[in-house]
Amino acid sequence: MRIEFDAALCDAHGQCVIVAPELFDLGDDDDAATLLDPQPGERLRGQAQAAADACPAAAIALAAADKLPR
Amino acid sequence: MTQARRIVIAGAGLAGLRAGEALRDGGFDGELTVIGDEPHPPYNRPPLSKQVLTGTMDPDRCRFPADRIQATWLLGTRAAALDRARRTILLHDGRQVPYDGLVIATGRRARPWPGRVPPLGVHTLRTVADSLALRRAVDPATRVAVLGAGFLGCEVAASLRTLGVATVTLIDIAPHPMPGLGPEIGARVAAMHAEHGVRLRLGTTVARFEGRRRVTALHMADGTRIPADVVLIALGSVPNTEWLAGSGLALHRGSVLCDTHCMAVGADRIAAAGDVAAWPHPRLSEPFQVEHWTNAGDMAKAAAANLLAAPAHRTPYTPVPTFWSDQYGAKIQSAGLFGHATRRTVVEDDPGSGRLVVEGDRDGELMGAVTVNRPRALIGYQRALAASPAPAA
Repeated sequence: MRIEFDAALCDAHGQCVIVAPELFDLGDDDDAATLLDPQPGERLRGQAQAAADACPAAAIALAAADKLPR
Repeated sequence: MTQARRIVIAGAGLAGLRAGEALRDGGFDGELTVIGDEPHPPYNRPPLSKQVLTGTMDPDRCRFPADRIQATWLLGTRAAALDRARRTILLHDGRQVPYDGLVIATGRRARPWPGRVPPLGVHTLRTVADSLALRRAVDPATRVAVLGAGFLGCEVAASLRTLGVATVTLIDIAPHPMPGLGPEIGARVAAMHAEHGVRLRLGTTVARFEGRRRVTALHMADGTRIPADVVLIALGSVPNTEWLAGSGLALHRGSVLCDTHCMAVGADRIAAAGDVAAWPHPRLSEPFQVEHWTNAGDMAKAAAANLLAAPAHRTPYTPVPTFWSDQYGAKIQSAGLFGHATRRTVVEDDPGSGRLVVEGDRDGELMGAVTVNRPRALIGYQRALAASPAPAA
C-alpha cells in the first residue's frame, strides 16, 4: 500500500494525526503534517483511508492501485 | 437491515458522498442512488469562502473523487416528498425513487434576512455558484457589508481584504466576532480584522436595507447608515427538511431527530447524517447538531454502518466535534463542546506568534478548547476529550 501526501496542500489541521497516529505526526514547527511511513503494511489500510477522508485540504490519497474497492 | 437491495442517499454533499463510500465499504452491493439539488457532483465547500473567493483555487479542484462509488447520480433535482408507507421519494421533477434504505443528508441552506431586501447586490454564500457570484460582484472600489461575524462572515471579510477590496464592514449584534467562541477568541479575531483594515460594527444590527432595485446602504438600529454596494448575509443556516413534512419523521428545531445510532427516531430503515441531523449527545441534555465539515463525513460513515447493521449491532455515534476557521493565515480550531462550557480559561496567550489557547469546562469537567495557531495543542484536547468518559447529562 502506498500513501500519497502532498505537503504543499497540507494546512496543519492535524486530523490525520488523530485518525492515523501510526502514519502521521505534525512536523517540528507544527505548520504541516509529516508522513511517517509512505508504504505501510496492509494492517494500516483503515488508518490510511481514514486519514485521506479526514483531510480538509485533500492532501492525502491512497495510490490509485491501492484504493479500497467501493 | 442487511437485506436492503436499494439504498437512496438524499443529498450529494460531503455527507452524502461519505455515506455512499461507507455503504460500499460495508459490503452493500445493491442499487445505490444519490439525489443532489445542485448540478455538480460532490465538492468541498470550505474553500468557497477562502481560496475560491480569492481566486487562488479553481472551483474544479474542489471536486471530490466521486467515481469511487458505483451509484446512479440524480443531480440538479431534489427530493420533494417522502412517502414512508410506499418507501418512495418523490422528486421535484415528478420522478419517483423507491428505496429499502434511506440516508437523509440534504444539508442546510443560508438563512435569509427576515425582512425585505433589494433584489440586486444582496448575497448569501453556500454553493460554488454563490462564491463565484460574490467574486464577480466585487472589485477594489466596491463597498461591502458583511452581515454576521460568525466563521463564514469573518472568513469572507478576510478574503475580501486579501482581494484588495478597500471598504469591508463586518457587522454583528454580538459584542465581538465569532460569538460562539467567547470573548477571548473574539477579541483576538476582532484585533486581526481591525489590523487588516476591516471596519467592525459590533453590538448593533440592521434595521432596514436601503435601495429599491440595488442595495445602496444599510440603516442600522443605532440610527447610523453604512453605504454598501454589496451585502453578504452570513447569519447561519436553516435545514433542508421541508420535503419531510407529512412523512411522520420527528424534527428537532427543523433538523431530522435521530437516536444515538444516527437512525431517524421511529424509522428503522432511515438514517440521517451531517448538518441536517440532530442527535442526543451523552454530555448534553438536548439533541444537538453540528454544522461543520468533519462531522458531515464522520456522521455519514456511522449512519451508513448502522443502516446496514441489525438493530442489536448498531454503534452509538459519540464524536468529539471539531472545526476550524482560517483568517489572514491564522488557524482557529475548536474541539469538543466549547459552547456548552460554563467557564473559560486562557492557558496560553502569545500575541507575538499569535498563539492562543482557551479551555472550556463545566463544573470542572473539560468540555472543549479553542486554539489559534496551535494545532498540536488542539490534537491533545481532541484526544483527551475522546478518552474521557462522558457522564450522563
